[in-house]
Amino acid sequence: MSIKRLTKKTEFYVAIILIAFCLLVQVRSGQFFTPNNIVDLLRSLTIPMMFAVGEMMVLISGGVDCSFPAIASLSMYFVTTKMDGMFSSPIPYFLVAMLLGLCMGAVNGFIVAKYRFPAMIVTLGASSLWIGVMQGILGSSEYPLTSALYRLGEAKILTGTNAQTGFSSNLPVHFGFAVVLVLIGWFILNKTMLGRGIYAIGGDEVAAARAGFNVFGTRMFIFCFSGAMAGFIGVCRASMMMTVNPNNMIGMEMDVIAACVLGGVSLVGGKGSVLGAVLGTALMTLVANSLILLGIPTVWSRVFTGLIIIIGTGVSAVQEKQRKNTLHVAVSEE
Amino acid sequence: MSENIIKVTQVKKYFGGVKALDGVDLVIKKGEVHCLAGENGCGKSTIINVISGFYTPDSGTIEIDGKEYSKLTTQQAIEAGVQVIYQDLSVFPNLTVRENLAITMEKSSERKFISRKRYDEIAKQALSTIDFQIDLDEYVENLTVADKQLIAISRALLYDAKLIIMDEPTTAITQKEVKNLFEVIRRLQKKGISVLFVSHKLDEVFEIADHFTIFRSGHNVYSGPTKELTQALFTHYMTGRDIEEEPFEYNEKDGAKTVLEVKNLSLKDGFKDCSFSIREGEILGITGLLGSGRTELAETIFGVHKADSGQIFLNGQEVHFNNVRDAMAAGIGYVPPERNVMGLFMDQSISDNISVTRWDDCRKGIMMDQSEIDTLVDHWVGELSIKIGNASDTMRTLSGGNAQKCVLAKWLALDLKVLILNGPTVGVDIGAKYDIYNLTKKLADRGLAVIIISDDIREVLLNCNRVLIMRRGHLVDEKQTKGLDEETLSRLSVEY
Repeated sequence: MSIKRLTKKTEFYVAIILIAFCLLVQVRSGQFFTPNNIVDLLRSLTIPMMFAVGEMMVLISGGVDCSFPAIASLSMYFVTTKMDGMFSSPIPYFLVAMLLGLCMGAVNGFIVAKYRFPAMIVTLGASSLWIGVMQGILGSSEYPLTSALYRLGEAKILTGTNAQTGFSSNLPVHFGFAVVLVLIGWFILNKTMLGRGIYAIGGDEVAAARAGFNVFGTRMFIFCFSGAMAGFIGVCRASMMMTVNPNNMIGMEMDVIAACVLGGVSLVGGKGSVLGAVLGTALMTLVANSLILLGIPTVWSRVFTGLIIIIGTGVSAVQEKQRKNTLHVAVSEE
Repeated sequence: MSENIIKVTQVKKYFGGVKALDGVDLVIKKGEVHCLAGENGCGKSTIINVISGFYTPDSGTIEIDGKEYSKLTTQQAIEAGVQVIYQDLSVFPNLTVRENLAITMEKSSERKFISRKRYDEIAKQALSTIDFQIDLDEYVENLTVADKQLIAISRALLYDAKLIIMDEPTTAITQKEVKNLFEVIRRLQKKGISVLFVSHKLDEVFEIADHFTIFRSGHNVYSGPTKELTQALFTHYMTGRDIEEEPFEYNEKDGAKTVLEVKNLSLKDGFKDCSFSIREGEILGITGLLGSGRTELAETIFGVHKADSGQIFLNGQEVHFNNVRDAMAAGIGYVPPERNVMGLFMDQSISDNISVTRWDDCRKGIMMDQSEIDTLVDHWVGELSIKIGNASDTMRTLSGGNAQKCVLAKWLALDLKVLILNGPTVGVDIGAKYDIYNLTKKLADRGLAVIIISDDIREVLLNCNRVLIMRRGHLVDEKQTKGLDEETLSRLSVEY
């Protein structure tokens, strides 16, 4: 890829800002590039990064999914409370949660793909519905985590210790899951006909149908995938937190969508890359978690994330507008 | 083996009570360039869909290369060598040239995984069939319409096409690009590939087509070699009525005021040092290739861009427009080239579209005065004989010609001094086209100064008394249209 083409990519700028921000924090605090800080950041990145992969697929196809936190919460709450202590291995919990998530995703997908309702409305409605089921029917409240998942939560890939302060942090195995999920997402989107079909549908649905892509099937797949992943991620979250908190994922959808857009995923479909979504999520996580190192109280973190979203997406919107408005008449010097 | 690539006999297709095709025939020989013409709603698109297997006809037979199909499926049509290039070209703007070329082929061979190497091979093979040079890594959204079209053609050729159907291929490309497209078509013809051209832009089709078939309201009205068809006959068959082509006569009145004068106007990357003026009742043509700066000049006069230097005078007074509202308030109207995108709210009602420029005046206090709006809309619908169902229907329900009349109505509802029409009859039927021409002339007779920007040479000669020629951002020549012939003007507008 030529340098010129590289500089046209949103990912390129997000990466530069990301690096610049890391250096800034390092210079100001001297605490950025310490093992425990890096591990902390990777840990905070785990859940949003996994959500971003599912969300970006939906966005690329020209839809949007606002219901994944609700699906994640409900699936997680169901398996951790109704199946508490039933298995000694964590795997059945994940499988059942994924199956539940898949079913809920299929409902979204069916309504959106079959009846062509706007995905935003459908998934907002679904979101409200699933949260209602969790709170009303299951009567959700905090609950101790089942032992199989608790043990998984204790498993770690490595421990980062700050030699000066003595603070240390563990990198949970869930980060490994996130990396695998990112790779799966990348593989599907770039190396399979299914993935290219998602881009094709996002670019021009009619043309995609004429080229022989199964538009209905592809949309169903995307929502089912997003739903199943949400179920998986919900269980990951509980086991990372080592407790069942039914409410702490609710509201994450907006941050995840914003992170995707920040990383260059188009809200009208057709454009975006896994790398971009990961970089966007990384930037948001970094800003939210590093302000304290810059001496800014954490209560300001939402303000800064908000600014990053508005400025970041604003810049690309302005660029796009300028690109469209520039005149290109080759005026001769007669 | 048959000498015909396609033979459609007595095909009927009804949609509910609408007889889209009422027993039509269409025969295309091998290696022939065939033109199918007809006004909107005559059944052109229906027959394309029948040949490509999307619609099953209610009765009649379809023969492809001598083989008769009772129920033609899309897959069978493709296998028999029928490829359709739709007007929207069906390319993916968000993908690269390479992927656009390869993806349909890979999809139809039911590949599950992507191989960059195979993509590359397919893309190169596709481009080589028509000797088309282009950067494979470029995103298609950054290409011109003409390039997108060539991509669609080369993609179609990958399927061992025997008949390529092109739906309105010349509407959005410049004359120079049309020449290039015709080169490609002739090359295909030499290889024995037939081309079905669906069009209503005449001059060009006359040049390339061997044979003509004309439909009107689902019936055949003409089928024969191109050389037996004249412009007048063509118009007659298309519309079913004889249309008098009367060139515009400018009645120069004594003391006719200069309405608009432009002096040494320049805009970076738009145009340079443009000066001209127009008087009451004149129709001034501006012609030149796409990208000659003609649209930018018009948009600057309309306040879209701010000129870098130069002056604009309206009725002798120098004016400075900061935005479109200023220009409108001063009495300048502009009908943009892409009316669907820039000139109309397609999903809003016809009534709203026509009255939108007058909403400020149709008020009772802070409320809108619906009855006044209705009166206004009724008046213009009648005045311009716009064919509508109900004024509350959306704009989408109208044909190109009627939609364009609505754009005109919107401007005429204002008290204009200058009306600029940019490509006023692109995508408009012949019948509606002449209605628009007559209307323009009537407006000029009433004293309006009209500027028509067009690359349709006939249109300019027929409607303008004076024409400016624009080339590479400069106004290079000015001619009276009286005594000017098409060839001369066409030569002047092309760069050489």
